[in-house]
Amino acid sequence: MSLSRRENLIGLLFILPAMIVILGVTLQPVVSTFYLSFFDASLSKLTENVFIGFENYLNLLGDKVFWVTIQRTIYFTLVSVGLELLLGLGIAQLIHSRPFGWRFLRISLIIPWAVPTIVNGTMWRWIYNADYGALNGLLYQLGLIDHYVAWLTQPRTAMNLVILADVWHSVPFIALILQAALATLPVELEEAAAVDGANAWQRFALIRLPMLRSAVLVALVIRTVEAFRVFDIIYVITNGGPAFGTTTISFLTYLETFSFGHVGRGAALSFLISLFTLVMAIIYIRFLYRPEERAL
Amino acid sequence: MKVPFRWISILVILSFVLAACAPAATPAPVKTEAPAPAETQAPAPVKTEAPAPAKTEAPAPVETQPPAEKVTIRVLSMEQAGPTTEEMNSIVDEFNKEHPNVTVLIDYVSYDALHDKITTAMASTPPAYDVFLVDDIWYAEFADKGYLLDATSRITQEMRKGIFEAAWEIPTVGEKVYGMPWLLDQKYFFYNTKILADAGFSAPPKTWEELIEQSKVIKEKGLVEFPIVWSWGQYEAAICDWVTLLYGNGGTIVDEAGKPAFNNEIGVKTLEWMVQSIDDGITNPASISYVEEDVRNVFSQGKAAFASNWNYMFDLVNFQPDQSQVTGQVNMALMPAFAGGGVESATIDGSMGFSVAATSAHPDQAWAYVEYLTSQAVQEKYSEHMLPIWEVSFEGASGEKLANMSDVTKVTVPMFKEQFPFSHVRPKVPFYPEASKALQLALQEALTKLKTPQQALDDAAAKWLQLMK
Repeated sequence: MSLSRRENLIGLLFILPAMIVILGVTLQPVVSTFYLSFFDASLSKLTENVFIGFENYLNLLGDKVFWVTIQRTIYFTLVSVGLELLLGLGIAQLIHSRPFGWRFLRISLIIPWAVPTIVNGTMWRWIYNADYGALNGLLYQLGLIDHYVAWLTQPRTAMNLVILADVWHSVPFIALILQAALATLPVELEEAAAVDGANAWQRFALIRLPMLRSAVLVALVIRTVEAFRVFDIIYVITNGGPAFGTTTISFLTYLETFSFGHVGRGAALSFLISLFTLVMAIIYIRFLYRPEERAL
Repeated sequence: MKVPFRWISILVILSFVLAACAPAATPAPVKTEAPAPAETQAPAPVKTEAPAPAKTEAPAPVETQPPAEKVTIRVLSMEQAGPTTEEMNSIVDEFNKEHPNVTVLIDYVSYDALHDKITTAMASTPPAYDVFLVDDIWYAEFADKGYLLDATSRITQEMRKGIFEAAWEIPTVGEKVYGMPWLLDQKYFFYNTKILADAGFSAPPKTWEELIEQSKVIKEKGLVEFPIVWSWGQYEAAICDWVTLLYGNGGTIVDEAGKPAFNNEIGVKTLEWMVQSIDDGITNPASISYVEEDVRNVFSQGKAAFASNWNYMFDLVNFQPDQSQVTGQVNMALMPAFAGGGVESATIDGSMGFSVAATSAHPDQAWAYVEYLTSQAVQEKYSEHMLPIWEVSFEGASGEKLANMSDVTKVTVPMFKEQFPFSHVRPKVPFYPEASKALQLALQEALTKLKTPQQALDDAAAKWLQLMK
């Protein structure tokens, strides 16, 4: 007993430096952001911060702009993560079936994911350019359009095009996770089902998909949280326009904090974002996580 | 479990390697700086283009006195209108050579990242930058926040007298001067002489009504699909083009009491004209998503007959064949105005200044650099992409020398003198960035037909009044 306690103590001592560093860079900013959200604070330290209690939060929750932005962010998140999951599953299946050149496919899949988001955004901004973009060039040469389209000039279209750029960037992530999970699945169950007369779709929907649940959960949680906080790709492609049509909640936080200098309000917004993502993560875990599958 | 884990690790490592290689393998066409995410308040690290220290290029001067402590001055500038980064780097090199005890390091961001970069830099003490480029519209805000060194007593009589009087409006807030004017710029009217001649016109339009008439002919003859391209994207650029049109119609942003006047009859009519020009196919519809660089690219391809842009565009479109397909075809003219507006011309004053951070650890050395950068000699030497702030540079022999410096300045120097009297500054209010965003939203809501021009401008005016409280 005393020996194990001493071992524990020594162990604790060893991880202490790492813990201090991690708490310093994660917990401290969170706490100070939370603290800041109760002040009417400016980005400059030269002006006095005034304590205003929950006013930042109340103002935000009573602001129509905030709720419209949340709706827009949820739209972005649902559509992009939904598409990424569908495409990711499809690609994972494809690689899993080992077609000709599957190794090459698996490696080349990483490229979009490895491109930094800023570069990805810049690339798509050029692709979507109405006068010299590749998208118009391609569609025109294929005869699908008879004159160039000004892509990023309507709020709805612009949002969907930003989503497309995000999907291109993030599908590989989901595909790789699911493909790795597929590789671990036992084949006996499916073989038995095939012997019993189950068709390919039944084997996929009733056997393979349920067994993939944990992997899907991991991919979904990570991608949803990321999508909800999307910023850089929007900053580069549309700067939140046209008419705020692509302004998501992180972009609004950025505007409030850095462009308008309302740091207190920005801190409150950051906290609300964390709250929303936490709620989403809890929902996913509730619905998808089954303790008995832990062994998988 | 073992096998997949192994190759997942391989994939992860591979992705890191690829990610590390990616920026080199995939060059970004536009240099864009990501600002720090909102949750992190520390200034983001930036790419530093440090000029080589002076001592590696020239033998150190013999010092008779014990050398003073060597200090580093960090400068934040922008890569957009104005001098090229090569020109800016050589100014830094020259300064470092002349001042062995000071090392100036300079960083560049795009205009649209500059404001936010400065505010994050000022969150720490000492600040991440000692000297920064400040746009005319930010001086009131930064002075209000206490970011800027009061330089009133550092301005000499020689500077006062030698520099354009209107230029001092830029860094001045109330009675105090917070820096040196540096980039005297305004939007100019550019036109493609070949397209105009093919359409049968011998002179550029003097009024916006005349521009519409010429555009219709250009369109009918199939010379270009959309005769004019603007920067009406959701950026400050949209405000600049709109101010040009608004003042050209006899309107103003605020009245004498500082209250919004942009939603009166003139303001609404101006915005309606903008919407109509898209409907008629005169304005390139993609203008709603464009900034100045897009305008330049479209105009460079010969896809527009007219454009409004800053001084820097002239050299690039008319003299740089690697940048433009319309070299030798471009000319500048006085910005048109509306026939009933009661003015001959109107444009936006987009001038900027260089200032020293109030909390800089080395304000004297930092100011020395600002003074050097804005000195008459340096300004005259580097005037190909930016005209001097010194009025004396335009007079007499030095004026002639300036105008004859290159094919560029032959056009831009007289054009500057002609256009500058019609240049309008935006209101100097501490809440400008937020007010401007509300106006950008209003313009875009009208242009995308989410709201009528009247309704959109009324909403922006209400926001403006709320910010004034």
